[in-house]
Amino acid sequence: MALPAYTTTGQRIGWYSFLTYCGLVFFFLIAPIFIILPLSFSASPFFEFTREFMNLEPEAWTLRWYRQMVGISSIGDTTVVSNKWMLGTRNSFIIGLSATFLATALGTVAALGLSRPNMPFKGTIMAILISPMIVPLIITSAGMFFFYSKIGLTHTYLGLILAHTALGTPFVVITVTATLTGFDTNLIRASQSLGADTMRTFFKVIMPLILPGVISGALFAFITSFDEVVVVMFVGSVEQITIPKQMWAGLRQEISPVILCMATCLVALSIALLTTVELLRRRSERLRGIKLRN
Amino acid sequence: MQISPFLFGDKIMNERTADPILTTEGIPLKVSLQKAERRNKIRATLLVAPLLFFILITFLIPIGDMLLRSVDDSYINTVFPKTFEKYKKWDRQGLPSEELYKTMFFEVKEGSGYSIGKATTRMNYAKSGWKSLLKKSKRKFKKIEEGPYKEQMIAIDKRWGDMEYWKALGVMVDPTTAGYYLNAVDLKYNVDKEIVQQKENRRIYNHTWVKTFKVSLLVMFFCLILGYPISYLLSTLPLKYSNLLMICVLLPFWTSLLVRTVAWMVMLQQKGVFNNLLVMANVIADENRFKLMYNETATIIVMTQILLPFMVLPLYSVMRTISPNYMRAALNLGASPLHAFWKIYMPNSVPGISAGCMLVFILAIGYYITPELVGGKDGQMIGNWIAYHLKTTLNWGLSAALGAILLGVLTVLYWVYNKLVGIENIKLG
Repeated sequence: MALPAYTTTGQRIGWYSFLTYCGLVFFFLIAPIFIILPLSFSASPFFEFTREFMNLEPEAWTLRWYRQMVGISSIGDTTVVSNKWMLGTRNSFIIGLSATFLATALGTVAALGLSRPNMPFKGTIMAILISPMIVPLIITSAGMFFFYSKIGLTHTYLGLILAHTALGTPFVVITVTATLTGFDTNLIRASQSLGADTMRTFFKVIMPLILPGVISGALFAFITSFDEVVVVMFVGSVEQITIPKQMWAGLRQEISPVILCMATCLVALSIALLTTVELLRRRSERLRGIKLRN
Repeated sequence: MQISPFLFGDKIMNERTADPILTTEGIPLKVSLQKAERRNKIRATLLVAPLLFFILITFLIPIGDMLLRSVDDSYINTVFPKTFEKYKKWDRQGLPSEELYKTMFFEVKEGSGYSIGKATTRMNYAKSGWKSLLKKSKRKFKKIEEGPYKEQMIAIDKRWGDMEYWKALGVMVDPTTAGYYLNAVDLKYNVDKEIVQQKENRRIYNHTWVKTFKVSLLVMFFCLILGYPISYLLSTLPLKYSNLLMICVLLPFWTSLLVRTVAWMVMLQQKGVFNNLLVMANVIADENRFKLMYNETATIIVMTQILLPFMVLPLYSVMRTISPNYMRAALNLGASPLHAFWKIYMPNSVPGISAGCMLVFILAIGYYITPELVGGKDGQMIGNWIAYHLKTTLNWGLSAALGAILLGVLTVLYWVYNKLVGIENIKLG
């Protein structure tokens, strides 16, 4: 953004120091995430940049930790296969995908109801449905720990899936309700007057229009489950390892660079998800006829 | 012919004939509309019902169930029912009668080791020493065959003759207790069920509550002073650039909390990136590296970075709606840029400030993972104590009471947030 010609020197200095400040804040936000990328290739078992590593000496760079992550590691001559990380990845995907599916289905239907003009107690119900996002995880976990053990859901995948579904639904409700604001209800009437029944109207008219909101809600729900560790620790059993749980254990006990490899993979995943959501958002704005500024 | 209806009482009337308007089925229009309205209401409710029911079962009831534990004190009454029945008649003056000793004797002797063990944990909260006393007694009571029991029990352990122990039982007679709530704010019942302060070395919670609020407020403050300028920049830049920069805000939002915490460990530890850079630039000597990890500073730095997007998103969405013409007008009328900002822009952005600050504070106050991993000893917040009592000391009543107080504070904040901002306006990108 160019400054107009009449700006004084003082204003110029002010503007550029403002830009510098903003630059530093963006750096503060982004730098920590990218600092782990190169470190995951470092041969040093501690989380540090060694001098050899900085000088790009080949023996200071390694793929050893990545090999360990996928379950191959060698101590001396023997090859040890420990697949805790892969087991965690599998579990994370099973729990995450199931919870996402449930949360998306329940959340979308509820958002459709909440967006109707004649929904009674709308505010209160909305506040209740969003509350899993607000209540601290440690309180949620404590509650679930006691209650789920009473009904035999602790140490089961079902328990974890149900818990993560509850945590994921607020995101679906929020994104789908947001897509539904400004939804032209005449479209529904038009479809019905042309003879489509409720189901057909839903899948042929409503669904294509709210799909971007539904998908971004689903992605939020998925990442919430995929990143969740406190509930898994309290409700899950010792064997039910997920990626974040394994990372937590790694951070508390043996600080191993394998954590950095997994972290790098997770950053890649979040970049992919973010890109998808951004593209969807723009598509949704285009579909709903919201013109972008400029 | 056009009919313009008017309302007469609660009937929708035809203007020309002054008769109620009827539908084709001959029902008054008002009734028919109400019917349709009711049907729509039911339909909307039916759509919401499955999720509401699901949240109730998997989320709300478990939390309610946990909160009940914070006042529940009934277990011990099920282990020593007869003793407590007799106990109520004791005048608390001299030592109890032989009868009470006898009842207690049999209930200890015949009770299962497991349930007595569980009960003594509770008894120890009322008066420490009960646990070891009962453990010892349980073993030795086996040898006693016949009464009188009072003297024999005192002979086994003279604590049986100590009024303090007997009095302490009185705290546990009721099936509900406020004791855990008292503990949560560094108070307790003494043996006479009067509220007193905890011993000096056991007062930890008031300090932690203050710290939790302090850390949350500081995080909120830092998020504001870091988030406000970048939100302003994002809202004034052309969309082409601001979308790109927005990625910088949204990427941390999408990145795993644990990954970001690990990243900060790499940055802040003694041999971490930050200290290394300072040493390399000769700002500090190698032996004077800053201690930035495993303390309160680390908790604040890391939580600020993690919660910053929650400040920027609402601020940005409010600032985008402030027309740049306001500022131009103010400058045109002779205000200095700072004056114009303070008098015109700032007040217009207040809804964003309040939304962002409240959201950050609400999320910060219950934080557990980050303080646990980077906070060391003095960076712990109340959430960490809840987890500690849940996992380590198994004092579930106390962790439920701490959780209930925290939840109470949050409910008030959430209610205010809902009134001010509206919960459906939460921004997720």
